[in-house]
Amino acid sequence: MTTPVVAVRGASVTFGAVRALSGVDLEISAGEAVGLVGHNGAGKSTIVNVINGGLTPHEGSVSYGGMASGMTGVSAARAGGVRCVFQELSLCSNLSIVENARLMHAGLTGFGWRKRALALIETKLSEVFPGNRVDCSATVGTLSIAERQMVEIALNFLDVSGPPKLVILDEPTSSLDSALAEQMLAHVRKFVSGGGSVLLISHILGEILSTSTRIVVMKDGGVVAARPVSEFTGKSLVEAMGSVVREKTRTGVRTVLDTSPTVIDIPATPRTGLGLKARKGEVIGLAGLGGHGQTAMLLALFRERSSNWLPHRPDEIAFVAGDRALNGTFPLWSILRNLSVGNLGALSKRFSVHAANEDAVGAEWKQKTAIRTPDMHLPILSLSGGNQQKVLFARALSTPARIVLMDDPMRGVDIGTKQDVYSIIRAEAEAGRTFIWYSTEMDEICLCDRVYVFRDGAIVAELSGDEVSEHNVLAASFSGEAA
Amino acid sequence: MTIFNTALSKPWIWSWLAALATFVLTVLFTGGASTFSLGQATLTFAAFSVIVGLGQMLVITLGPGNVDLSVPATITLSGTLALKFMNTDASLILPGLLVAIGIGLGVGIANYGLIKLLRIPPIIATLSMSFLVQSLAIWSNRGLRIKPPDELSAFTTGMTLGIPNIAVVGLTLSVAIWWLLDRSIYGRWISAIGQSPFAARMAGIPVDGTRFLTYVICAVLAALCGYLLACFSGGAALNMGAEYLLMSIAVVVIGGSAVAGGNSNVPGIWGASLFMFLVVSMLNTYGFGAGIRLMLTGLIIIAVIIAASRRVSAR
Amino acid sequence: MKIKISADHIRLLIPLVSLAVLLVAVFWLQPRAMSYLGLNLLFNLAVPIALATIAQMLVIAVNDLDLSIGTFVSFAACVTAVYMPSTPLLGIFILAVAIAAYAFMGMIIHLRDLPSIVVTLGMSFVWGGLAVLILPSPGGQAPVWLRSMMTAQTPIIPFAIVASLVIGIVAHLIVMKSTLGVAIRGVGGNARSVSRAGWSVLRIKVAAYALSGFFSVLAGMALVGLTTSADANIALRYTLLSIAGVILGGGEFVGGRVSPIGAVVGALTLTLAGSFLSFLRISPDWQIGAQGAVLIVVLGLRLIFSRREA
Repeated sequence: MTTPVVAVRGASVTFGAVRALSGVDLEISAGEAVGLVGHNGAGKSTIVNVINGGLTPHEGSVSYGGMASGMTGVSAARAGGVRCVFQELSLCSNLSIVENARLMHAGLTGFGWRKRALALIETKLSEVFPGNRVDCSATVGTLSIAERQMVEIALNFLDVSGPPKLVILDEPTSSLDSALAEQMLAHVRKFVSGGGSVLLISHILGEILSTSTRIVVMKDGGVVAARPVSEFTGKSLVEAMGSVVREKTRTGVRTVLDTSPTVIDIPATPRTGLGLKARKGEVIGLAGLGGHGQTAMLLALFRERSSNWLPHRPDEIAFVAGDRALNGTFPLWSILRNLSVGNLGALSKRFSVHAANEDAVGAEWKQKTAIRTPDMHLPILSLSGGNQQKVLFARALSTPARIVLMDDPMRGVDIGTKQDVYSIIRAEAEAGRTFIWYSTEMDEICLCDRVYVFRDGAIVAELSGDEVSEHNVLAASFSGEAA
Repeated sequence: MTIFNTALSKPWIWSWLAALATFVLTVLFTGGASTFSLGQATLTFAAFSVIVGLGQMLVITLGPGNVDLSVPATITLSGTLALKFMNTDASLILPGLLVAIGIGLGVGIANYGLIKLLRIPPIIATLSMSFLVQSLAIWSNRGLRIKPPDELSAFTTGMTLGIPNIAVVGLTLSVAIWWLLDRSIYGRWISAIGQSPFAARMAGIPVDGTRFLTYVICAVLAALCGYLLACFSGGAALNMGAEYLLMSIAVVVIGGSAVAGGNSNVPGIWGASLFMFLVVSMLNTYGFGAGIRLMLTGLIIIAVIIAASRRVSAR
Repeated sequence: MKIKISADHIRLLIPLVSLAVLLVAVFWLQPRAMSYLGLNLLFNLAVPIALATIAQMLVIAVNDLDLSIGTFVSFAACVTAVYMPSTPLLGIFILAVAIAAYAFMGMIIHLRDLPSIVVTLGMSFVWGGLAVLILPSPGGQAPVWLRSMMTAQTPIIPFAIVASLVIGIVAHLIVMKSTLGVAIRGVGGNARSVSRAGWSVLRIKVAAYALSGFFSVLAGMALVGLTTSADANIALRYTLLSIAGVILGGGEFVGGRVSPIGAVVGALTLTLAGSFLSFLRISPDWQIGAQGAVLIVVLGLRLIFSRREA
C-alpha cells in the first residue's frame, strides 16, 4: 500500500450558518480516477477547494503524498503535484497561451522559455486532443470558449518540473463537443493507467461511468456512497444522489386553469430547447444544475420588459436577486431604502420621495415578511443574510408587478425564513401574480406548479403536476447513461 | 453629547473643522485686521469651486470610473462664448446665460453620446471631448478680451447684505442639488447606480437615462461657473478653467463623498471649497510660497483618502 | 502559414494606418517636410511624449490610472535642469528617490485598495509643489551631454524617429517579452489567477509603478534636452496626452491589454496631428481639437472593426 496522493480526513467547512462540508474523508491514490457526483449544494466545489489548497478546512486535515501534514495552502498543494482545471475558465485572456503557461509553471525560466513552453504545449495539446487546430502562439482572448478549455486542460497536464500527480477536472467538458470530450477522457484514462490520478466532476454521468475507477457520491456536505465504478449504473447513481428516505408527496399542488391568460410565452428553438410558457397566477420552477442557463433566462426576461433609459413601469416585472452581495442589496443604504427602491414612483410627490409614505410601506412589509430589526433605518448590513433576503423579497412584492422573477434567492437562508417566504409566494400567486423561480434546492422546485429543467443552456424537460419529483428533475439534469 | 456624536459621524464635518481651523490660524496671524475681507474673498472663490464641484460630485456618485474631465474646457468655452454673445450689451444678459446653459447641455449630451456610442469609459470620452471643446474655445477666443456687461460685472463682484452675490448663487444651486441628491427619486437612483449598476438595473432603475442626466447636469453647472467666472474676472481667459479639473475632484474627495461612488453629500463640497481657499490664503499670510501650498494640498488629499479607506475596512 | 488577423492586430493596425495617412497628407501639403530636417521638426517633441505614454501604459496595464504623470515629468525636468549640470550626483539621487516614491505609491494603492485616480491626483499636487520649490521661475539649463544627445545628427534617419523606435523596442522587450512584463499584464488580465499560481500581486504592482516612474523621469530629462530649460508647468499636458496615446495605440483601460509599440505610435500620431494643421495653414488653435478628433475617430474605427469580427 503506497501513501495516497492526497488524503482528506474529517474535513468540515462552514460558511456562516451553512455547513458546506461535514466531516468528509477522501483519499485518492496513484493510478485512480475518482468520479465525484452530487446535486447542487452537495459540497463538490468545497471539497475541490479544500484539496487544491484554496480553502483550509475548519476541522480535519489535508495532506499531500508523503509530505508533512503541517503544510497547507496553495503552494503545498502545488508542491504535492495537485493541479486544478477550474469550472470557470481561469486563464488571463489578454495573454498568449505561452505566457499563461509561464505564469502557471514557475519552472519555465531562463533564456528561451517561450520556445520551450511553445514546444511543450504543442506536444501536450496534440497528445490530449489529436488533430486539434489550436494556434498555440495565439492570445487566449482570440480563442473560442472550447479552445480555451482545451488549452487550460492541456496546461494543467503539462510536465515542466515533474509530472502532475493529481489533476482535478471540474466540469472539464462543459464547453467541449462530444468528440473533443471523448479525446480528453481517453487521455485521462491513459494518464491514470500510467500511474497518475484524477478527480473528475461532471454532470454527464456517461463520462463518470466510462472514465472513473471509483465513484464518490456527495449529498448535503457529506459522502453518501463511495464504491468501485462496476457497482454503479446510471440509474443507481441518480438514486444515490437523491434522498432515499423522503420521497415526499407534494402538498398544496394547484393546477392553474388553462383559461387564465398567458403572461410569458417563449417559443421553442433548437438553441434554447423547449419553449417556456407562464400563466397568470402560476409558480414556475426553473431547475437543473447551477449555471446551466437559468439565470441568463431570467435576466433576458427582465431586460426585455424594462427600459434602461426611461423610468420603469413597476406594474410589469420585478426581480429578486440570489447573490445578495453581488447584485441584490445596496450596502451603503438602510433597510428601508433597500426596500423602497423598487417602487419609488408610487411613494413620491413631484419627484420628491415622501418620507411618511416610505415609512408606512416599510412598516407594512416589515410586519408582512417578519424582518427582524428594531429599526428600518438601520443599515442593511446589520441584518442577517436571511433577513436581507426578506428585504429583497419585500422590494419585489411591494411593487404591483405582475411577474416576479426569482434568481435562486433562498441560497443559504435559514429554514424559518424559507417557510415564511414560501407561504407569501403561495398567497401572492393565489392573488394573481406569476412567479418564475430558479432554485437549486429540490424542496423548492417541488413547491412549483410547473417545472422546466435546464441543461447546457437549454430547456430539456417540462414537468407538471405529479411529474414534478426529485427523481425526474435529477434524471433530466444529468444527461443520460449514453455516450 | 449625542448631537456632538451625530455631528462627528457625518462625513463632511472634517472638512468644515479643517476650514474653521485654517480660518482661525489665518486670523490669529493677521491679528483680526482683515477678517471680514478674508471671509468675503473666501466665500466668493469657494463658491466657484462649489458650483463645479457639485456637478463633479454627482458624476462621481455614479461609481468607479465615472469622472468628467471636460469640466475645465466647458468653463472656458461657456465663458468665452457668452461674453462674445453679450458683447457688453446689458440687454443680452439673460440670453447670454441661456447660451452658457446651452453650451453645457451640448457638452453633456456629447459626453454621454460618446460614452454610449463608442462604448468607451467616461474618462476617455470626456477627455476627448475636452480636447474638442478646448479647441473651440481657443478658436473663438482669439485673444480678444471682451468685457462683460457692466451690470453683470457689478452683480458678480457685488454683495447682498454683506454676502458676495456669487456665494448666494452658489448657495442656491447647492440647495437645489441637495434636494436632488437627498430628497428626489433621481438622488436615490444615482446612489443606487454608484453602489452597484447591475443591482440598480435589476431593481428597475433606468440606468442609462439617469447617467445621461447626470453628465448633462455636470456640464451645465460647469458652463454656469464659466459664465459667472468670466464676468467676475472681467473677461474670459483661455486658462480660466484649468485649475478646476483637479479642484473639482479634490473638493469632492475632501468633502467626504465616497470616491467609490454611491454616497455623496453637499455640505462637504462647501467645507472642502472653503478649506482649499483658506489654505492658500493662510500659507500666503505666513509667507509660504506656492510650492509648499501645492504639496500640502496633495498630502491632504492623500491623507483624506487613506483615512476614508480605514473607515470602510473598520466596518 | 496561415495569416490570421486578430483583434489585436487590428488594434495596432488602426493607429499605424492613421499615422501613415497623416504623414502622407503632410507630405502632400508640404513636400519639403519629406526631408531629414522636416521629419526631425515634425517629430522632435514626440520623444518625451512617447516616454510619458509608456509610463502611463505601465500603470494602465495593472488596471490603474495615473493622473500625476504631467506634474511628475515637470518635476523630473526641473530636477534635471537645476541639478544635473552642476551636481549630477545629487540630481541622480533625487530622481532615484522620486522613483522609489512612485513604487511606494503603488504599494499603498494596492495594500489599501485605494482608487489610483485619487491618490495620483493628490500626488500630482505634491510633485507640482516640489517642482515649484526647486525652480520657482522658468530657468535652469540642460546638461551638455543631454543637449547634444537630444540634438544628435543620426545618419539618414532623424534622431527623433530613431529614438522613438528605440523607446518602442525597449518597452516592447520589457512589457511584452520579459517575465516581469508577462506578470504585469497578467495582473491586469486576471489578478486572481496570477495569485492562484503563487505570485505576489503586490510585488508585481510595485514593479510596474517603479518602471512607470523610471520612464517618466526619462521623459522629463528628454524634454529638458530639447527645450534647454525647464519650468514647473512644462509638461502638464502630458497627463491627458499620455492617456490618449495609450488608448490611441490600442490599449484598454482594464484587462491588461496594452501595446508598447502602439503607445509610441499613438504618441507620434498625436504629435503629428498638431503639426498637420499648421501645414494646412489652419490656425494652431485647433491643435488639441485635432488630437481629440483623431482619438474619437480611432476609437470609432476600433469599435466598427471589433463588431465586424464578433
